[in-house]
Amino acid sequence: MLLHRYANPTRFLRLANAVLPWATGLTAILIVAGLYFAFAASPPDYQQGQTVRIMYVHVPSAWSAMFCYAFIAVASAVGLIWKHPIAHVLAISAAPIGACFTLICLATGSLWGKPMWGTWWVWDARLTSVLILFFLYLGFIALANAFDDAGRGEKAAAILALVGAVNLPIIKFSVDWWNTLHQPASLTKIGMPSIHPSMLTPLLLMAVGFTTMFVSLLIVRTRSEIAERRIRALRAARIHREAAAGADD
Amino acid sequence: MNTFFDMGGYGSYVWPAWVLAIIVLAALTVVSLRTMRARERELSKLESDSPRRWRRDLDGGDK
Repeated sequence: MLLHRYANPTRFLRLANAVLPWATGLTAILIVAGLYFAFAASPPDYQQGQTVRIMYVHVPSAWSAMFCYAFIAVASAVGLIWKHPIAHVLAISAAPIGACFTLICLATGSLWGKPMWGTWWVWDARLTSVLILFFLYLGFIALANAFDDAGRGEKAAAILALVGAVNLPIIKFSVDWWNTLHQPASLTKIGMPSIHPSMLTPLLLMAVGFTTMFVSLLIVRTRSEIAERRIRALRAARIHREAAAGADD
Repeated sequence: MNTFFDMGGYGSYVWPAWVLAIIVLAALTVVSLRTMRARERELSKLESDSPRRWRRDLDGGDK
């Protein structure tokens, strides 16, 4: 089965290392282009003025935060159902990246809210559900590290990730289901997106740039996690052999 | 140039937002790379002074 071919860390690492330089290069190009369009080649908004430039980091980080959580939920399901060894490693490696994107989303949203809404924070459905997403990330990371036995930690964290996945549609549709201060989506409206191409360009460049950045960081963190597990296994093997050798004397 | 940094009076909101995002992502990248390098260095050290047979056992013979 194709999936199981990549279950072996050696094969997985070969693929990941081939992807890494491309993902890193693409990230650099996309983010530099995104910054150019965000600051030089796009006009101020007729209502938001120059604060619209916060959108070009706020919206892509929000998308990435949700994409990353969906990735963790799927990886956790694969890990729990098929016991695929790399799946939990990927989920654990992705969590801090998602937490950082969520933090950026919350902080930049707050910095936009103050001048535009007149408040740093309001307990409306969109803001609250994204704050819950941030706590889910923190909970996942804490749980994965809470057990001496790494296998139990990753299972407990995977269950949390799956239960927490219910928050994703809540975030997405919160602006339609409730009367939120947060504005509804501009891009995924039925029909044409109600956003001018000059503003859509930096938004999409940053969004794709954040996604390739996620891929690059995920590969680096996964290599790190695999190395950590091998170190632990080798140390355990050494202690075991030394104990066995001692018993023979 | 000053009008660019002023951002129509919103400079004190626009710039902190971007600077914060860049700091968070740069810090995550640096920490991730450093941790990976340190662990891979430690792993290759451990592997070079443990017998080949042990490692084969760990990999389940699939290598």
